Amino acid sequence: MDMLSIPVVNMTPILPEIFLSVLAMALLLINVFAPSGGQKSYLAYISFIGIVATAVLVGSGWGNHIESFNGSVVLDNFATFFKITFLVAAGLTVLISDKYMEREGCNHGELYPLILFAVVGMMLMASGTDLMTIFLGLEVMSITLYVLAGFNRANKKSNEAGLKYFLLGAFSTGFMLYGMALIYGATGTTRLYKIAEIVGQMTQPSSNVLLLAGMLLTMTGFAFKIAAAPFHMWTPDVYEGAPTPMTAFMSAGPKAAGFAALLRIFLVALPTMQVEWSQVLWVMAVLTMTVGNITALRQDNIKRVLAYSSIAHAGYALVGFAAGNGTGIAGILFYMLSYAFMNIGAFAIIILVAKKGESNGNVMDFAGLASKRPILAVVMTIFLFSLAGMPPTAGFIGKFYLFSGAVQQGYIWLAVIGVLNSAASVYYYLRIMVYMYMKEPTEEFEWVQVTAPVALALVISVAGSLIPGIVPSVILEYAQMAIKLL
Amino acid sequence: MSNVLSLTTFLPILGVLLLLFIPKDSKGVLRNVTLAVTIVTFLVSLTILTGFQTNADFQFTENVPWIAAGPFVMRYNIGIDGISLWLVILTTFIMPIAVLSTFTAVEVKVKEYMICLLLLETGMLGAFISLDLFLFYIFWEVMLIPMYFMIGIWGGKNKIYAAVKFFIYTMVGSLLMLVALIFLYFKGMEAGITDFGLLNFFSLKLDMATQIWLFLAFAFAFAIKVPMFPLHTWLPDAHTEAPTAGSVILAAVLLKMGTYGYVRFAIPLFPEAAHKFAPVIATLAVIGIIYAALVAMVQEDVKKLVAYSSVAHLGFVMLGVFAFNVEGISGGMLQMINHGISTGALFLIVGFIYERRHTRLITDFGGLSKQMPIFATVFMIVTFSSVGLPGTNGFVGEFLILLGAFESQLRWWTIVATSGVILSAVYMLWVFQRVMFGELDNPKNQKLADLNAREIAIMVPLLVMIFFMGLYPKPFIDKMDPAIKKLVAQVRVASVEAKAIPGAEAVQLPAGHPPIDQSQMQMPLPAGHPDIKMASPEQGTPAVNQHDAK
Repeated sequence: MDMLSIPVVNMTPILPEIFLSVLAMALLLINVFAPSGGQKSYLAYISFIGIVATAVLVGSGWGNHIESFNGSVVLDNFATFFKITFLVAAGLTVLISDKYMEREGCNHGELYPLILFAVVGMMLMASGTDLMTIFLGLEVMSITLYVLAGFNRANKKSNEAGLKYFLLGAFSTGFMLYGMALIYGATGTTRLYKIAEIVGQMTQPSSNVLLLAGMLLTMTGFAFKIAAAPFHMWTPDVYEGAPTPMTAFMSAGPKAAGFAALLRIFLVALPTMQVEWSQVLWVMAVLTMTVGNITALRQDNIKRVLAYSSIAHAGYALVGFAAGNGTGIAGILFYMLSYAFMNIGAFAIIILVAKKGESNGNVMDFAGLASKRPILAVVMTIFLFSLAGMPPTAGFIGKFYLFSGAVQQGYIWLAVIGVLNSAASVYYYLRIMVYMYMKEPTEEFEWVQVTAPVALALVISVAGSLIPGIVPSVILEYAQMAIKLL
Repeated sequence: MSNVLSLTTFLPILGVLLLLFIPKDSKGVLRNVTLAVTIVTFLVSLTILTGFQTNADFQFTENVPWIAAGPFVMRYNIGIDGISLWLVILTTFIMPIAVLSTFTAVEVKVKEYMICLLLLETGMLGAFISLDLFLFYIFWEVMLIPMYFMIGIWGGKNKIYAAVKFFIYTMVGSLLMLVALIFLYFKGMEAGITDFGLLNFFSLKLDMATQIWLFLAFAFAFAIKVPMFPLHTWLPDAHTEAPTAGSVILAAVLLKMGTYGYVRFAIPLFPEAAHKFAPVIATLAVIGIIYAALVAMVQEDVKKLVAYSSVAHLGFVMLGVFAFNVEGISGGMLQMINHGISTGALFLIVGFIYERRHTRLITDFGGLSKQMPIFATVFMIVTFSSVGLPGTNGFVGEFLILLGAFESQLRWWTIVATSGVILSAVYMLWVFQRVMFGELDNPKNQKLADLNAREIAIMVPLLVMIFFMGLYPKPFIDKMDPAIKKLVAQVRVASVEAKAIPGAEAVQLPAGHPPIDQSQMQMPLPAGHPDIKMASPEQGTPAVNQHDAK
């Protein structure tokens, strides 16, 4: 009887994923056997330490280029950069979750393993070089996120968020899978490098209907994940309903993961069709920025403001993607990382200001924060200016590179529309500041307690929003190295 | 010291760090420390003035790498020439005065207020000394933030509206400039320019269509800041609502950013386009002069009146700058400083009576000169300076502007603009008369105290400067003269060369546009004017080569 031959595989590229998965499962067990009820903070601490350890592990792989699993997973700088981004998002989320979950009465221990599993999925998306690997990563990420969005079981809105996200997400996944199937049909392979080879040999890939439809459908699926218009409809409701730390996580992590996978697919497998995809992305970028910003202007609920603003931010990143050149793509990497800092930081403040049941979640509820809690107000101001793209913050440098990419590629109008959007967005960020600084306080904000983990998260976020704005090279150089071998 | 320019610029930031350690309740300490910081900054900046060599070069230069990533190289590249020198000094000169004016005016959140003032000073100084386009943009934007908070937190009744309007107006303009800046960089890259250094781009040859677009983007951003008609509407709001120190800084320094932007960036970078648009800009400037004067005349609020007078004065500056000759630009530069001093002083004066009476309506006053003789004298001198009476600083600037503009292609514009001088006398003297003379019939006004020692101390330096610059403007003009001559030569040579290069004028005209008559583009020289042959390429080129060699 023949022995089933198992190919020898190099596990190095997925070592961080394995480590995180094992950690997550261990946490699940600990949670089961630990005395029920009471404090769950230790789970958060263990997760955070695990995330930091994983980040070190990931970081040590910088500069390597190892393909494994027969070319379906790769360890390269591109993957490493994005993995660090996911870990930053997850680490900050873990730090701000504990208190919130306790306050909202849904402090279930499964939270942290789920976050870690989501990160594993994102990591696979970033390092996958096979449509199947990417899809599997996406599913791991999505399914955990559906649960996380509806994590507050007692809350109607959270339930709505979970269900809505699940239904629409499943629907979009169908599109994506169909698109991938069509690409497979057109090329006969799911390996990205093979696809590139085969498409490269086609005399006119753009007239290959199968391939073109496959590309568009895949793009549709990812557009849903990154909340790009016109596939953004789920975002505000899900972001509003989901527990705030999960909203913060969803706005930074999965968005970055979606960009990572989409970049990998388009730049590695379909570079010969850049003319086609960049046209579609051009339109999508304009729509996404404009819809996000215009709608955000009229929101009162601060989570919704940031939800729409996160749509707009996906639009800015798409500007760099549509440009498709080194400047723009490096801009996306830079922006995704700095966006994780500034956006999760802003959500951390929202968590602090809100009361139980998220009853204090309107822009007006920030009235007079600067008088009562000046440091928190200043910190929030830094995040908001970074989101608005004012120098000297990371948000400015990010936008600068994204729009520069467009200008370099000759898409001047795209850049102009981008900056005008950016100017419009200033209004709703200023509006929050107006309430913080220029209105009389109606509350004493005595319930606002900054615990040590939250303080740590805020310090990291402020550093991440300011330092790359003053010395951008600390991140930009890595971002540029990351896209070199793509 | 070689890095005295950096020291001047970042001293206020050090002051901010100092303030952070002072408890917010010790208001007196906060005020005095801030005052001390601004005075030290001013004294340090005086070493720049004394060390400045009277020539056309950029001096006190520092140039170190800052960002080098991807296609972009940004450097910390700073330096000043005769054009920026006086604006730097004006800024450091006005700041202690502005700080001193807040001692009794601001009682809430003193610490934050002082931090805003100091941050603002760094932002303004940074913008004036930047020789790297990217660095300039950073400072230009950073300035907005403290000013926004100053108007929004310590402002009057409509403060939020005014603050947000100020912020968004400026932001729209500067973001479009950012796109132009990026575009310019890539154009420069094609021509072998390796960083954002401003001087690199002076030698860059751009075709006319590109120049026009880029000029429009820059000009739009600067026109909002100046502000030029019809983009001026944010200014009266911002001025009226801002606290006194905010108004003073806004008028004295921030508005100069716009005019300085034209002189330093928009005109020398895109000289041909600047020539092309000179009539348009001059028209807007003249409309601004007349319109603002007429509107100022009917204002009931003294502060709003002063705000509109700013629009008119800055219109004069623009007219002088776009005359493209030495007289016009010197006059424009001088008038920037004059306006800083006299309008700054006017806002302080308005602040004095507002602090006493908590009203600024002209009808609430009358006959104050009997009750407040010192105040009346000060107000009178400043009024004369503002209307440009000979012997005061306002006269020298306005005279040079009108002279320069009259000798340029803008002769007809000048004639109209001159009526603005009369109008300004009308509204200024009329408001002076209504506030200071007449019956002292309002009982609330009968108990008003005259200026106290602190207020006199605030005003004395300004009054000294009014007379000094009015009677002996030579040192000011001498120091800026070489830089301005260089600018004029640069602009002329470029505009002449553009006409010499075949196809440089080949602008893409929109369909249906009548062809442009080249003869109409020539500057009509006034009768008897010496032919401007000095601008011919033969004589002009050496000047450029000289500049390149540096």
